[in-house]
Amino acid sequence: MTYINMIIESPLLRCIAVLILAPTIGTLLSGFDRKFTARLQGRVGPSFWQPVYDILKLFGKQQILVHRTQLAYAILHLFFMMLTLVLLVLGQDLLMILFCQAFSALCLVIASMSVRSPYSWIGSQRKILQMLAYEPTLILLILAVYLQNNSFLGFKVLERDTPLIYSMPLMFISLLFVIAIEFEKSPFDVASSHHAHQEIVKGTTLEFSGPFLGLIEVAHAYEMAMFFGLMVAFWHTSIIMGIVLALIGFILVLIMDNICARLTSWWMVRFMWTIPLTLSLANLIWLWR
Amino acid sequence: MSKFTGKSPWVVHFNCNSCNGCDIEFLACLTPLYDAERFGVLHVGNPKHADILVVTGSVNKKNMHVLKNVYDQIPAPKAVVAMGVCAATGGLFADCYNVVGGIDKVIPVDVHVPGCPPKPEAMLDGIVKAVEILKKKTKETETVTEELPVVIVKPKELPAETAAPATAKESEK
Ligand code: SF4
Repeated sequence: MTYINMIIESPLLRCIAVLILAPTIGTLLSGFDRKFTARLQGRVGPSFWQPVYDILKLFGKQQILVHRTQLAYAILHLFFMMLTLVLLVLGQDLLMILFCQAFSALCLVIASMSVRSPYSWIGSQRKILQMLAYEPTLILLILAVYLQNNSFLGFKVLERDTPLIYSMPLMFISLLFVIAIEFEKSPFDVASSHHAHQEIVKGTTLEFSGPFLGLIEVAHAYEMAMFFGLMVAFWHTSIIMGIVLALIGFILVLIMDNICARLTSWWMVRFMWTIPLTLSLANLIWLWR
Repeated sequence: MSKFTGKSPWVVHFNCNSCNGCDIEFLACLTPLYDAERFGVLHVGNPKHADILVVTGSVNKKNMHVLKNVYDQIPAPKAVVAMGVCAATGGLFADCYNVVGGIDKVIPVDVHVPGCPPKPEAMLDGIVKAVEILKKKTKETETVTEELPVVIVKPKELPAETAAPATAKESEK
C-alpha cells in the first residue's frame, strides 16, 4: 500500500506509472472487445491478449516507409496522445487537454494526407468530419464541468464530494457517442475501422506498415485508456463504482457496434450535431445558475 | 519478436486469374462460422498490413507484374499460400494461350492447398501450415520453391488415316 501511496503522491511517478499502465489497459480493453464481439457472434474468438500479440508482431516486421514526413507525424500523433494523458493525470486545464487531443488526431490526418493514396485521403477527410462531429460535445462537457467547479482545472473534479454522474447523466450518454467515434465503432467507423477493412480499405492507416503501424496502434491504446479514464472520472468518489460505470458504458458501445451497420460520414455529423448535442445542451441548462 | 508473428497472422487475399470459385470459398471460410480469428487471423484488404498472402487462380501475362508488386509491398517476414490447383500449377487453365502457370513462376510459395476449390477445412489447414512456416522465418529469410511437376492432360489428336475407328474394330471381330 505504501508504494501505491508513494506513486499517487508524487506527480512524476504518477506520470511514469500512467504511461506504462495506459497502453496495457488500452490493449486489454480491445482484447475484451474482440472476445466479446466473438461471443456475440457465437464463436470462440481470439485470445484475450491478441491485441498485445498484434502490436508486438508489428514491431518485429520489416520497416517500409513511404517518406519521412509520414513517420514524423505518426510519432507526433503518439507523443501528443501521451501528453494528453499526462496532462489529464496531473489534473491540468481541461481545455488544454482537449487541444492536445485534437492536435494528436490532426497529426494522424496530416500523416495520411501526406501520402498519395486516394483511400488514405478519403480516410483523413472523414477523420476531419469525425472531429467536427464530436468536438462540440466535448467542449460542452468541459463547460459543464466548469459550471459546477468554477474552474477548468481537472483536479478540482477530484475534490468534489458528489460524483459527476449525478449532475451530468445526459452528458455521460453523449460522451458514449463520442467514445464510439474515437474507438472506431459502427455506425461511426467511417475513417478507419477497427475490425474488418472497409470500402476505403483501411482509411487513415492505409499507408503505414510494420513498426509504424505499431506506433499508431500504441497511440490508439493510449486513447482508449484515456477515454476509459474519462468515464471512470464520472464516479470518482468510489473507484469500484467508477470502473463498473465505465465498463457498462464500454459494453453499451460494443453492443451498438455489433448491431449497427456503418453509415455515411455526413449522417454521422448530422446525428452528432442533433441528438448528443441536444442532450448535452439540456444537461447544461439545468446546471446553469 | 518473430514468435509473435505466428500468433497474429493477418491475411490478404489476391485474386490472380481465378474463376472466382476459390475466392468465394475463401471469403466464406473467413466468416464467423469457421472462426478463423481464433488463430489470430484477420482478413485485411491491404498488403502493407499483411503477413500471409493468399493467391487464388493462375498467373497470366497481364497480372504477373501486379502479383509481384503486391508481394513486394508485404513487409517481411511473410508467407504465401497458393489456394487451389490453379494457383499451384495453372490447373484448368494451364494450357490457355495467355497463362504463364502457377504463381510459383512469379513469387516464392510456401504452402500449396490442393482442390478445385479446396474445402474450407483444407483452407484453414493451409493457413495454419503457413503460420508454422512464418514462425520460423525472420526478416531476412528468402523462400525458395521447388518446381512442381506439371502434367498437362488433354485428349490426344486423332491420326488422320483412321477416319472411322469404330468400323475398323468391328471388322477385326
Ligand atoms: S482451383 Fe478451381 S475453383 Fe479455384 S480458381 Fe481454379 S478452377 Fe476456380
